[in-house]
Amino acid sequence: MTKRLFVKGNEAIAMGALEAGCRYYFGYPITPQSDIPEYISRELPKLGGQFIQAESEIASINMLLGASSCGARAMTSSSSPGISLKQEGISYMAGSECPGVIVNVCRSGPGLGGIDASQADYFQAVKGGGHGGYHIIVLAPDSVQEMYDLVMLAFDMSDRYRVPAMILADAVIGQMKEGLTQHRYVAPDDLAPKDWALIGEGKAGEQKVVKSLYLGDGELEAHNNKLHAKYAVMQEKEVRFEAVELDDAELVVTAYGSTARIAKTAVRLAREQGLKVGLLRPITLFPFPNAAYQKYASNGQKVLCFELNNGQMVDDVRLAIPRSEVAFYGRAPGAGSLPTPEEFLAQICKHYEA
Amino acid sequence: MTTEMKQVFSRPDSLKDAATHFCPGCQHGTIHRLVAEAMDYFGIKDQTIGVASVGCSVFLYGYFDIDVIEAPHGRAPAVATGAKRVHPGRPVFTYQGDGDLAAIGTAEIIHTANRGELLTVIFANNTTYGMTGGQMAPTSLPGQKTSTTPVGRNVATDGYPIKMAELLSGLDGTAYSVRVAVDTPKHVMQAGKAIRKAFQTQLDGKGFAFVEVLSTCPTNWGMSPVAANQRVADEMIPYFPLGVYKDATA
Repeated sequence: MTKRLFVKGNEAIAMGALEAGCRYYFGYPITPQSDIPEYISRELPKLGGQFIQAESEIASINMLLGASSCGARAMTSSSSPGISLKQEGISYMAGSECPGVIVNVCRSGPGLGGIDASQADYFQAVKGGGHGGYHIIVLAPDSVQEMYDLVMLAFDMSDRYRVPAMILADAVIGQMKEGLTQHRYVAPDDLAPKDWALIGEGKAGEQKVVKSLYLGDGELEAHNNKLHAKYAVMQEKEVRFEAVELDDAELVVTAYGSTARIAKTAVRLAREQGLKVGLLRPITLFPFPNAAYQKYASNGQKVLCFELNNGQMVDDVRLAIPRSEVAFYGRAPGAGSLPTPEEFLAQICKHYEA
Repeated sequence: MTTEMKQVFSRPDSLKDAATHFCPGCQHGTIHRLVAEAMDYFGIKDQTIGVASVGCSVFLYGYFDIDVIEAPHGRAPAVATGAKRVHPGRPVFTYQGDGDLAAIGTAEIIHTANRGELLTVIFANNTTYGMTGGQMAPTSLPGQKTSTTPVGRNVATDGYPIKMAELLSGLDGTAYSVRVAVDTPKHVMQAGKAIRKAFQTQLDGKGFAFVEVLSTCPTNWGMSPVAANQRVADEMIPYFPLGVYKDATA
């Protein structure tokens, strides 16, 4: 499997999901992610899996809930308005401790929005999205290769914690073709058998129930505390980020996903000018790399956050390092064109000198 | 003189030994029993997966000794679809009320039937939202007073009672669609047979099977259990005629 392929990000995520053992996919067409159901509808039956083009995003997420409750690795994918429709089901999955992977190849802006690259759905993804005060795992790939790699990680993390996991991507990452090196999926040693899942082989007294309704005295409070205790463990053990030239950085640039690629080039250009600038790229948006920001901003370094929105992740950066100076530069969803590295470089120079 | 006592009636094996939370005169208990009897008949208790809906039927797992997934409101057919695709050899059924199945879950039930999913759907139609306190349901009868139709359902503004057994019978994926009642011993026997046939349809791989059961909600109808039972015969059956609307299992 060392052959280098040239594929779209959307295809890569589909390939990674199937390699990770996903055998059930439920979805509904929406641009810019329709390559995912198209690829899976073609390839999954060959593996003995099941593909359903559902009547709605709502049905898709509930089919995912049903399949995951039965212990299968299953996935759905969509884009912003469709992800909004899925929020009811995501909330039920979170409340029912039902794993599963949801891909959001984000559109731009509220309502129908546009199909250009945007990071407009950060808040929806990391703050819970649906009702009830929960979190899901959120992973942000910045390349076609990471679309492939992170969807495998998403399945593993989701199964490990019984927390739904989302891949938050955008039209650039989804539609762009890049080199991809496939590799075999290897299940982590610590993944426990899904003894909670419904297998329809219950014996007397061994009934299995996947539910989110707890009416007994104190049961629901205990259940919610249990969910949040898992989030705390994830914060300890599962944070992932990329650090680029941060050790001597006097200005810490931070960005995720497609924006981080542009920022990385801008940081290189700044280094060529002798500026001590580095990049902190969160890979897990939830759990958020709070400790990394605290480490790299511990000596009074300024932080500059780039996003393809009007400022969302920057709020979490400021919460992580409340005493640090955190600047923001972004482009509103629907800008139609991406910022150039030179545009980011100008911002870096401005904040570096200030 | 010695008398040999013979047991002629007992709790179905598929039901737990639990007191239900249902109101006096509510017929969910009767319908639960018929579903349990069908599972006993086929000996499938240890294989069956139930999907609970939102409403009075949400506590399915408290009464049936089977594996259960609790679905969001109206989504039970989609959840059951996911479960059935993973476990095609296991019987899967949903148990839904009228608000759940015929209002908020209309898209899910129609498309699940239309895909011909090998599922059994038990639909308890009591013409009201029981759990939330007696609001107008999609099946509330013309003129029916509810907490949200205080002067009675006005079809000019509220629309008409929706006839699900007839509606689903028009879909090619539906193999069996029937409406029954449990207001008389005869009707209970017929309902039991229909539910058994709906499971048989699934076990035989014939297609989607749907059983609409007319049932009472004395509490929210503001009636005694006896009067509520009489309303089924006097008002509900004339609007929702009993019978087999589709049988493509032969």
